[in-house]
Amino acid sequence: MMSVLVAAEHRRGALRDVTYEAITAGRELADARGADLHVAVIGGDVDGFAEELDREGVDAIHAVDDGEEFDHNAYQAAVSTLADRLDAGAVVLPNSVNGLDYAPALAEDLGAPVVTDAVGIDYDDGLTVTREMYGSKVETTVDVAGDRFVITVRGGEWAPAEGVGDATVETAEVDIPESGARVTGFEEVGGGDVDIADADVLVSVGRGIEEEENLELVEELADALGATLSASRPIVDNGWLPKNRQVGQSGKVVTPDVYIAVGISGAVQHVAGMKGSDTIVAINTDPNAPIFDIADYGIVGDLFDVVPELIDEFA
Amino acid sequence: MKVLVTVKEVAEADDDFAIEGTDIAESDLEYDLNEWDDYAVEAAVQLAEAGIADEVVTVTVGPERAEETIRMALAKGADRAVRVWDDALAGGFADVASKVDLFEAVVEEEEPDLILGGVQAADTGFGATGVALAERIGFEHAAVVNHLDVDADAGVAHVHRELEGGVEELTDVDLPAVLTVQTGLNEPRYASLRGIRQAQRKEIAPKDLSDLGLSAEEVESALTITEMYEPESESDAEIIEGDAGESAGRLAEVLRDKGVGA
Ligand SMILES: Cc1cc2nc3c(=O)[nH]c(=O)nc-3n(C[C@H](O)[C@H](O)[C@H](O)COP(=O)(O)OP(=O)(O)OC[C@H]3O[C@@H](n4cnc5c(N)ncnc54)[C@H](O)[C@@H]3O)c2cc1C
Repeated sequence: MMSVLVAAEHRRGALRDVTYEAITAGRELADARGADLHVAVIGGDVDGFAEELDREGVDAIHAVDDGEEFDHNAYQAAVSTLADRLDAGAVVLPNSVNGLDYAPALAEDLGAPVVTDAVGIDYDDGLTVTREMYGSKVETTVDVAGDRFVITVRGGEWAPAEGVGDATVETAEVDIPESGARVTGFEEVGGGDVDIADADVLVSVGRGIEEEENLELVEELADALGATLSASRPIVDNGWLPKNRQVGQSGKVVTPDVYIAVGISGAVQHVAGMKGSDTIVAINTDPNAPIFDIADYGIVGDLFDVVPELIDEFA
Repeated sequence: MKVLVTVKEVAEADDDFAIEGTDIAESDLEYDLNEWDDYAVEAAVQLAEAGIADEVVTVTVGPERAEETIRMALAKGADRAVRVWDDALAGGFADVASKVDLFEAVVEEEEPDLILGGVQAADTGFGATGVALAERIGFEHAAVVNHLDVDADAGVAHVHRELEGGVEELTDVDLPAVLTVQTGLNEPRYASLRGIRQAQRKEIAPKDLSDLGLSAEEVESALTITEMYEPESESDAEIIEGDAGESAGRLAEVLRDKGVGA
């Protein structure tokens, strides 16, 4: 019988949450295909990880003892070997930075199509994946031909697998080829003067501000509200604000009482950092901007008109 | 050393748009150089300026319209361009493998030492082509690179890969390699007037499938878009109506209620 294989992700000694979400997505797919769900864990404390990965719905765990941290060569070799050994019809991986560093190569290796950043998966005769396009302004359903696929799943779309299961745990021997890419270390970035994660109220500015000079306007708003200034990535990439002000997947995760997004579209990587805010306010000219989907209050309007009025209200 | 940069022309939807069939209406789309590729072009041109790269060639899969975007890359300093297109590619939705088929054929002709591309395309958001290409052509790779230092003599690229949550991974990648680059890697330049003039004289070589020794069957896509729709908003956002003054006034009330500005 065809099986479904999920590969776990961990960093610096801890499994990452997306792993458990991928397990849920993998279980759904396995149910639709009447298949077993296998989980691979590669590198690090594989025995400890294997115990943690034994959640409800997992049939078998395969531990590949190789290295401490993520190495795309080892991951690709291990998952590819296991996929063949287990006759896996689908491989499900987190759509994380590391997932994207080997899922496409794995798919090439397996001769299977790859579909990344899935927000929904249906299986009925064949695979249909739901994805977003055009900066999350539209959703699409995509039919995938063939009977073997590699799918990466977006974080936060599936509930994490819970409970305690009764999976078999095996040590898997895999030949790992010599790698031409070697991890030499890690570096923490950010630091700096303020910790935006501590703020109760954030005024967050995005590319809608257009010019560095215009930042003054949102600084004034932050002052008037007694708020801290944060930003989306392009503002930081431009060097207009330091990295420690960046909210998002590759920046900080923030959970203030009030988050005011000014000229921010609400790209998935930005939302990943602020969706836990108590109250979200969005000011944006584009009524279709995805930020409105998670906002509690929205103003569809030009920030250059609205923000000065708002400053006046609090002056 | 020769650097090949994969450059994509991406479509962006207007604020108001209509969906026709399984795509956004052509009249509601605007085309531009993919943001992430702009950083890749800049990185390549900087390698040329540092005397590390001898030639920077861009490769694009796209119809004639894409030449506008390609000229932008040429104006910023790329030496010449290859544009791949074929009527067989129109209409369908190309999957990663079929794009890799095309790029593989170009790589065979160009024999680059380093391939740079954006980490993802803004329109489809697949984020997969570079890494899949590396596997196909037997190059090393690294994805989501936000710091690059090429040691050509040692045949190594020292890179930082940007992980989630403000952590970077330091990696040494043997050349030849494919690197997918992240925004923030550098500061992409604006095209100068002189650059724009010069770009007019630079070569954009058009190639179709037969030029690359490929058949339409070989590049057939495994993916078909079956539906496109505006996502149902799960939000219960209260949209505050009125002109700027009125809406700011109402928002101020809401914020005060939440204890802001107190
Ligand atoms: C691996 C990876 C990691 C990433 N990590 C992060 C991250 O940590 N944080 C992050 O933010 N991004 C991150 N990104 C980038 C992300 O995909 C988006 O590119 C980015 O969030 C867009 O920022 P923005 O909303 O400011 O700009 P845009 O998407 O350009 O949006 C600007 C918005 O401003 C509006 N606007 C324009 N003019 C006005 C006006 N006058 N008044 C009001 N509104 C106006 C527009 O309608 C638009 O909605 C990451 C991307 C990748 C691939």
